[in-house]
Amino acid sequence: MGFWTGLGFTLLISAFLILPVLVSVLPGITANQFEGLSSGLTTRWLREVWANYGGTVLLSLQIALSTLVITLLVGVPAAYVLARHAGVTARLVEEALVMPVAVPGIATALGLILAYGAVGDLRASWLFILVGHVVFCLPFMVRAVLAVLLSMDLKGLEEAARACGASWPQRFLGVILPNIAGGMLAGSLMVVTLSLGEFNMTLLLHTPFTRTLPVGLADAYTALRTEMASAYTLIFFVLIVPLLSAMQWAAGRADRVGAVR
Amino acid sequence: MSVAIKLRGCGKTWPGGTVALHPLDLDIAAGETLVLLGPSGCGKTTLLRLIAGLELPDAGGQVLFDGEDVTRLPIERRNVGMVFQSYALFPNMDVAGNIGYGLRVRGIPRAEVARRVDEMLEMTRLTEFARRRVDALSGGQRQRVALARAIAPRPRVLLLDEPLSALDARLREELRQEIDALLRSLGITAIYVTHDQAEAMALSDRICAMERGRIAQIGTGRDLYHRPANDFVAGFVGDTNRLGEELVRPEQLALHPSAEGEWTVQRATFLGPFVRVKLRDAAGRELMVDMPDLATPAPGARVEVRRRGPA
Amino acid sequence: MSDRLRAALLIAPALAVFGAFFLIPLGQLAVAGGAGGYTTILTEPRYLRSLGVTLLVAALTTAITLGIATAVGLFLARNRFPGRGTLLALLTLPLAFPGVVVGYLVIMLAGRQGLVSEISMALGGERIVFAYSLAGLLLGYVYFSIPRTLLTVIAAAEKLDPRLEEAARSLGASPLGVLRDVLLPGLSPALTAAGAICFATATGAFGTAFALASRIDVLPMVIYTEFTLQANLAVAAALSFLLGLATWAVLALARGASGGAAG
Ligand SMILES: Nc1ncnc2c1ncn2[C@@H]1O[C@H](COP(=O)(O)OP(=O)(O)O)[C@@H](O)[C@H]1O
Ligand SMILES: [Mg+2]
Repeated sequence: MGFWTGLGFTLLISAFLILPVLVSVLPGITANQFEGLSSGLTTRWLREVWANYGGTVLLSLQIALSTLVITLLVGVPAAYVLARHAGVTARLVEEALVMPVAVPGIATALGLILAYGAVGDLRASWLFILVGHVVFCLPFMVRAVLAVLLSMDLKGLEEAARACGASWPQRFLGVILPNIAGGMLAGSLMVVTLSLGEFNMTLLLHTPFTRTLPVGLADAYTALRTEMASAYTLIFFVLIVPLLSAMQWAAGRADRVGAVR
Repeated sequence: MSVAIKLRGCGKTWPGGTVALHPLDLDIAAGETLVLLGPSGCGKTTLLRLIAGLELPDAGGQVLFDGEDVTRLPIERRNVGMVFQSYALFPNMDVAGNIGYGLRVRGIPRAEVARRVDEMLEMTRLTEFARRRVDALSGGQRQRVALARAIAPRPRVLLLDEPLSALDARLREELRQEIDALLRSLGITAIYVTHDQAEAMALSDRICAMERGRIAQIGTGRDLYHRPANDFVAGFVGDTNRLGEELVRPEQLALHPSAEGEWTVQRATFLGPFVRVKLRDAAGRELMVDMPDLATPAPGARVEVRRRGPA
Repeated sequence: MSDRLRAALLIAPALAVFGAFFLIPLGQLAVAGGAGGYTTILTEPRYLRSLGVTLLVAALTTAITLGIATAVGLFLARNRFPGRGTLLALLTLPLAFPGVVVGYLVIMLAGRQGLVSEISMALGGERIVFAYSLAGLLLGYVYFSIPRTLLTVIAAAEKLDPRLEEAARSLGASPLGVLRDVLLPGLSPALTAAGAICFATATGAFGTAFALASRIDVLPMVIYTEFTLQANLAVAAALSFLLGLATWAVLALARGASGGAAG
């Protein structure tokens, strides 16, 4: 494959990925979508969407941040244990912990409804969605942190800290956490992004009072005018694209740091 | 401040069944520098880690610091300093941060920590690198940071696991002298692991030669060199000739050209400080003799061999 | 505290989350199908057809995505040129776009008032609309599969030893020969891994089909319909459990084949 053929094909695929994004958000800021951009730009659709669907954005942010906090608190210690232990048990646990990624969200969601749908008011609460997001996102946090832990001399650093007299909390907070910050950042960006966009589970888990951003989007796609759907999609992109860019940046940085070590 | 260390019946069997150490006793005097010497895999690191508190001995083994049983005391409470083969410097801290770590975790006031870190930086000639990231240091500098970090909290005993093995020969020699001077000035009990007999000779008060999980001999460098307990020790600390029952070092022999000499020169190899001459007699026995590069005999020459008098 | 006890305490929350919110629900799901549920899905051709379609869509998606990702990935891994970084950023931007948004993108591209339709009209041709057909669904699935697969391929291609290729060239191999004998075998563990994830994601994907209101009945859509519209819990549960099991098995198999690189 010659350079120019390769470049041409690559450009074509890039266009395939990017063009629809541009085409999709354009009606959301165009005064009259049938006349096109010449009719001028407007924030009217954005304001209307925000008035009707602003709540879904806030709920999604609330769920994403809660998911992040929980996956950090639960996932980082788990990754640490998995990195420190080489035995068969640890590998089985690791295998188990990443299983939720491999099972379609709709199956997990249905299971959650069967198991806990009738427990108190849980079904009606946003916490029900949070549970689903935690289950789905936890493996990504564990993996991101585990990858960094395995790439460094964890045992050596910990022994060195012990030799200096550090207790376990001292070495965990002072030596281990600072050295896995990159992995935690990558995992966090991933978790927030996935939670903000999670639809496969959330469609079953939500109620009319707990609609998230993607659920609202699905609703808008079937029920609303193109301008509104586009404006709504634009809001979603404004939230998610910076996160994705940050993720690429963090991954690139991790690669460079890895290359130095 | 420095302690006397006793090991009693300390063995180590790994879960897989590998016996890294057969139960052994060892006495190390306060302030002494003991070198653990032996080939790779003979159990030096394991023994050092038992003393450090990074491993537990098999049931029945005991580690005593000044008579106090510390067997079950983990390393973080033993007050030992340790220099690891890979250095294991903390990448998230700069040079000064690494050196001061042991002081900070002990809750020592900041001003005191800063003073002690400055002192350590000066002692190890690292002052200008205080704020340098550790991954931007050369091998020798990293080694000195590891050393400074280990001694900054004034440990009771200093443990060093092949601290120079990652460095090139010149630097190794230079740092060996620095470490030697440091250990003498600190007067600390030190246990130093190496597989390099020259390093062992240069640094040790006593050497503990190890062979396959056992102590082969303990003594001064001279003891091991001149009165090796067995062939293994003899061969490990230098080249030897066997004369009947006796072991003789090549430099303890001298050549004298003589037409009736029973030995024939096979080969003379110039090695810088001396020439190593290989000899053979009619019965096919071989002998190595080291001599100054003066009047070196040519191959084929006949010579007599005599033992040198005490220098 | 002993090391073991500490390890147990540290991993306990993760295991609790896994047990309570994944294992138990999946167990309930397996049971809720009941004999009736499983019998129904095995006897009614509709469900089996849907399973077949789902697997077909997933397989086609995987094949197309792997083809594109290999070509683009090899190109990007082996060429350095101004703008490469930007191109890579654009290609991986949709990494975590939810399927439902991708469905909308397909509508805007190939729907009734989509870009393709407008262009084909402007060129004086027929109005081309394929968003709601198998082609539209595939387009969407390929769209969200490309970024992740591409990243895996590039990472693997950059690890390939360039000397192998040079050696093959020096022995007179043609470019195609190099691709067949050196590049593809070297990439194959990564391709297996990426393909498995692509396949699993595609079987479980739901948002795209939902947004497209596609005429293609993929299994997740059927499950959703059975559960919400028909209130047919037993069938929905049985289908979900089988779908979960099948997806997980594909990943596990591929992981075995690629020597642990997958998943
Ligand atoms: N953590 C371990 N698990 C199992 N075997 C080990 C472990 N550490 C060392 N060994 C084995 O114990 C023996 C002694 O090792 P070591 O003390 O590291 O030797 P040295 O430091 O003299 O090279 C070797 O056979 C080594 O393979
Ligand atoms: Mg060793």
